[in-house]
Amino acid sequence: MGTIWFCLVAIMLAGYVILDGFDIGAGILHLWVARTDVERRIVLRSIGPVWSGNEVWLLAAGGTLYFAFPALYAAAFSGFYLPLMIVLWLLILRGCSLEFRNHVGGHIWSVFWDAVFAFSSILLAIFYGAALGNVVRGVPFSSEGNFFEPLWTNFRPRGQTGILDWYTILVGVAALATLALHGATWLAFKTEGELNARSRRCASVVWCVVVAGTVAITISSFRLPPFLSLNFRAHPWGFVFPVLAIVGLLGTKWFLRAHADGTAFLFSSLYIVGMLTSVTFSLYPNVLPSSMNPFSGLNIANAKAADYGLKIGLIWWVIGMALVAVYTIYTFRSFAGKISAEEDEDEKVY
Amino acid sequence: MEEALTVHRLQFAFTITFHYIFPQLTMGLALLIFVLKSLALKTKNEHWNRAAHFWGKIFGVSFAIGVVTGIPMEFQFGTNWSQFSKLAGGVIGQTLAMEGVFSFFLESSFLGLFLFGEKRLGAVGHWFSSMMMLVGSWLSGYLIVATDAWMQHPVGYAIVSDHSFGLQSFWALLLNPWALWQFSHTILGAVQTGSFTMAAIGAYYLLSREHEEYGKTFLRVGVSVGLIAAVLSLFPTGDGQGRMVSIHQPATLAAMEGLFQTQQGAPLAILGQPDVQRQRLDNPLIIPGALSFLTYKAWAAQVYGLDHFERADWPDNISLLYFSYHIMIGLGTIFIAIQALSALLLWRKKLFQTKFMLWILMLALPFPFIANTAGWITAEVGRQPWLIYGLMRTREGVSPLVSAGNAWFTLIGFLGMYTVLGILFLFLVYREIEHGPGPDQNPSAAARSYAAAG
Repeated sequence: MGTIWFCLVAIMLAGYVILDGFDIGAGILHLWVARTDVERRIVLRSIGPVWSGNEVWLLAAGGTLYFAFPALYAAAFSGFYLPLMIVLWLLILRGCSLEFRNHVGGHIWSVFWDAVFAFSSILLAIFYGAALGNVVRGVPFSSEGNFFEPLWTNFRPRGQTGILDWYTILVGVAALATLALHGATWLAFKTEGELNARSRRCASVVWCVVVAGTVAITISSFRLPPFLSLNFRAHPWGFVFPVLAIVGLLGTKWFLRAHADGTAFLFSSLYIVGMLTSVTFSLYPNVLPSSMNPFSGLNIANAKAADYGLKIGLIWWVIGMALVAVYTIYTFRSFAGKISAEEDEDEKVY
Repeated sequence: MEEALTVHRLQFAFTITFHYIFPQLTMGLALLIFVLKSLALKTKNEHWNRAAHFWGKIFGVSFAIGVVTGIPMEFQFGTNWSQFSKLAGGVIGQTLAMEGVFSFFLESSFLGLFLFGEKRLGAVGHWFSSMMMLVGSWLSGYLIVATDAWMQHPVGYAIVSDHSFGLQSFWALLLNPWALWQFSHTILGAVQTGSFTMAAIGAYYLLSREHEEYGKTFLRVGVSVGLIAAVLSLFPTGDGQGRMVSIHQPATLAAMEGLFQTQQGAPLAILGQPDVQRQRLDNPLIIPGALSFLTYKAWAAQVYGLDHFERADWPDNISLLYFSYHIMIGLGTIFIAIQALSALLLWRKKLFQTKFMLWILMLALPFPFIANTAGWITAEVGRQPWLIYGLMRTREGVSPLVSAGNAWFTLIGFLGMYTVLGILFLFLVYREIEHGPGPDQNPSAAARSYAAAG
């Protein structure tokens, strides 16, 4: 039962990264990709109807994590107190910039919110990457099973670590590049003309950074906590996950070059899935390792809720997520196709 | 430790109080927008559609702030109250996760469709999206109330081997009698907020002689729905909720009513200030025997005062509890009077000319927000000193390693961030109200939407 929920939470988090990832990516890039007010409005329209639905994945994944692994939720959220609060503030700023930019005309107003949108999207991507880095590296659990990490200590990934050290910053930068690539393929897919060409150029440049970042974190991850490679050695079928990531990365480049932007977006999603599943596979059955002793820390068995609740949850979760799939597909279909400048004028009333 | 506890409590209190300004408005407006869209679909009159469109914009802004201030609530269970989450997550994780999986997706998908898809969806599709927004926001409300209800009146749980609480009966948790009463009372409060807001904007339009046709519509809908909600808030839901408190939290009832001594034929205090030190009510204005009657339906029944309970089990802020409860009850009663009088005038076709009534309706705007907030303060301060009533004290639930300094840092951050949000909200809503629901200035867009409707 614990393993099932481990996989389900991982699926929801991956769903969040793929979906909110492209609108965060659009935020990271829009100051460079979209130059005029009309172009920026088109960028916002390409994510406008779906971004809040994408962000709900974070809430639903958080709720599911809370329900399935209460001890993990309690330890991780209080231990990562400061970065989580900063993430909350960034989410608030980002939500405001998306919702309020077009409510009031005027140059200064929109320039301000465009900058807020870019700033919060960039920092969010870095923080998410750093959070993932913290989970992989492990956290300094005390003997009572709690921990509290300051934002940084001495930037070394051993001993009394902070949220930021050279390793987690590296993962943060790689995450920034990954989401930027993801956002660029989305924008290329949703736009036409000059905006489309610029997004595609941007994607090609970022792609090289993603390749470099992937190589760097792969090497440093396997050097850092020695147990990470254990699952791959014991169960070689797990190499299918990194292979997915490589296929995703190569496919993104290939289809961008072939001007098949939608397919490139799908391959960029595949890359993200491949990376996240590789991490998940190597962590299992740990959910939050300890950096003090690699074989203590939280794992599925000592973090999960009682079985009765988990069994009941499986019933409503399957029903609920089937409904979610229906509305998600319905929403994306309703807003399918390229965003044109005329349509922007048409719907300006909101 | 003691200081950290206080700051953690302050932060939760502040963030939840600010947050709840918005859901009460959106849950209320969701019903009213659905009413307007249904009338539009039935009459095929573009007037109703434009009215719904106008409130949709205000709904959108409120919903956005509700979402961004709601995420910190879910996070704080883990960040600030980790001991509580560790022990109770196996139970309340159910309702919180269900809210995420069932209602958030529903609300956000259909709000996106409602706001951006009027032309792409067609009349029936757009009406359907307004209905799903209603279902989503009320379902969300129910699951949150069910979570709170478990903390007020824990049911359907068992203590598991590691001393944490595990779920024993899913349906007991979901159909907690406390949740059923509290939800009906809460949602009617939200409908009152929505109705009063709609009626106040309508009155404002009539008094300032702008958008008068829409003003009349808003008054008609706001007053009709508002009267029903105001009456139902008192009876049966307010009465039922009060009965829950009297059965399961008798110490809370005594503190709410300012009843220090156990007595037969206990009086109902209308006014007065509790003096906790001397254990009496100063300057009391009371109705003899009324509390016994309201609680037990017998004028001479005995009601326990605070003296019956251990001092350690008294709510820790009796004055705040007493006043928030009395503000809620007092305002609720005044609301019934306002809505009944307005409805009478509306029925006699005099409301639109009766200036003093329009002034009252317009100025009443902030009061349902205050009454709803006071109601929640009554529920949550009333639950003290327990975090889970009878099972876990508030001081036991806090995160042990998050220091007071870190909690101050984030509390101050939230104060600043939410001040900006509040100003932005008022500014944007004011602009929408000034702009009004009428056709857009852009004549081509207005002509197109008119043609599309015809």
